[in-house]
Amino acid sequence: MASSRNIIALKSILHKEVHRFMRIWVQTLVPPAITISLYFVIFGSLIGSRIGEMGGFDYMSFIVPGLIMMSVITNSYSNVASSFFSAKWQRNVEEMLVAPVPNWVIVAGYVGGGMARGILVGSIVTLVSMFFVDIQIHNIWVIITTVALTSATFALGGLINAIFAGSFDDISIIPTFVLTPLTYLGGVFYSISLLPEFWQGVSQINPIVYMVNAFRYGFLGISDVSLVLSFSVLGVFIVSLYTIAMVLITKGIGLRS
Amino acid sequence: MPSALKISGLKKTYKGGFQALKGIDLTVKQGDFFALLGPNGAGKSTTIGIITSLVNKTAGEVAVFGHDIDQELETAKSFIGLVPQEFNFNQFESLMKILVNQAGYYGVERPLAIKRAEKYLKQLDLWDKRNDAARMLSGGMKRRLMIARALMHEPKMLILDEPTAGVDIELRRSMWNFLRELNKQGITIILTTHYLEEAEMLCRNIAIIDSGIIVENTDMKSLLAKLDIETFIFDLKPNSAPTALADLSSRVIDDHTLEVDVKKSQTINSVFTELNKQGIDVLSMRNKSNRLEELFVSLVGSGQAPTDSAVKE
Repeated sequence: MASSRNIIALKSILHKEVHRFMRIWVQTLVPPAITISLYFVIFGSLIGSRIGEMGGFDYMSFIVPGLIMMSVITNSYSNVASSFFSAKWQRNVEEMLVAPVPNWVIVAGYVGGGMARGILVGSIVTLVSMFFVDIQIHNIWVIITTVALTSATFALGGLINAIFAGSFDDISIIPTFVLTPLTYLGGVFYSISLLPEFWQGVSQINPIVYMVNAFRYGFLGISDVSLVLSFSVLGVFIVSLYTIAMVLITKGIGLRS
Repeated sequence: MPSALKISGLKKTYKGGFQALKGIDLTVKQGDFFALLGPNGAGKSTTIGIITSLVNKTAGEVAVFGHDIDQELETAKSFIGLVPQEFNFNQFESLMKILVNQAGYYGVERPLAIKRAEKYLKQLDLWDKRNDAARMLSGGMKRRLMIARALMHEPKMLILDEPTAGVDIELRRSMWNFLRELNKQGITIILTTHYLEEAEMLCRNIAIIDSGIIVENTDMKSLLAKLDIETFIFDLKPNSAPTALADLSSRVIDDHTLEVDVKKSQTINSVFTELNKQGIDVLSMRNKSNRLEELFVSLVGSGQAPTDSAVKE
């Protein structure tokens, strides 16, 4: 009884979340396609042709997985951050809080919505990249697992950000000052083996390095870090962020007086 | 048969030290139409917030149809439909989507939710707006949307926090009829309102809360019977104001208006007898204010000590 009620509630939140970003597709789905096209033109065609090979592949092929992953990360994060904060701001989050919806269903619903957008945008970017480069696939399961775990990780991050946020400014601070630098320094545009030893060590504490490299392994079969380590890092992040999100929602931080 | 709502020793202290509830006890019977009244900041919305789990309580117990919110929160929540004071729906969603999603949160399958949404949107005269974004609705329509939303899972208890605030008289009366009909169907209704006429007309039992304490908790008839004096206004023929009325406390407002205080031990006949003696013609008469309003003002305005039903600190 309760389990079927929870499944219907989960489907309702997912439906609402997917409908939200589909309704405003011009804001949510089109910009990543345009941005990524510009990356391909500038970094791939214009600058990339002068760089030559990286990791045994031409530069354009090398950066494709990283660019896809970058769009998955930013969209998974921003979808949940803006949607959940907006629900707090308009107070329609109360619709769920007064209903017999367990906290894990709320978390799963919003994270599922973020994953849906991240994966959809990732798919769009993949399609766009096919106009610029011949995409090869080394291991489809690694690709699917990595994109699912990464989008879940950042959707959880976006949820935690939204729970703490008191204004719309607060949901842009983390993406601007934390997420973007970590992504750019996460091996999207270069192999970390090119860095001096010290900076290679520093890069090891950037979780995005593991996500980008696992994803790149799925496409090209090359990675700066071991696949097992990458999945372990993703696992630790998901469990930690999920636990934090559950504690915050259960305590009603930012949600209940 | 368990009470629809049983509150014991409920306390709430907000961050910063403000004590909104100082330990209230309250029982609402199943099928009741119950008024929870009090001035602004008295603790009404805090009480409702705790019952619906939007506010964390500091101490005390709350049970909904016998289900303690600390032990069986989800079961307790499933019995409650809430119409909050503030509009709290997604302004950019259509009415239909708001209602169907809300039903989903309570485990109502989508096809059934769509049928119920149609039923309540039609009953509340919102069917033509079903595909409009909620922000396009007028204030009265938004209030009705929140009532429809609260009914989507067919709750056993409906809590309405000032549902008719800012609603015009005609619409308010149609909402009263709608709520009466729901109550006849067996739904327990708890109402907070600043329109005391509304509470007097709709509710059978009443609690008055002031500064976090219940100062009165009784049935409406007993409460109204406590009113010792009623003040009536008589509209007289112009230039015919009386000099004084024997044994009656009266005030001449102008040359055609007279205010008379009538004690419970007196009759209105005595006023007419006095006026007849002076050859004064009465054109019309009315209560100066709503009877409940007079009691309310006397209870929350005089700082009256809590009655037996109120919790002693």
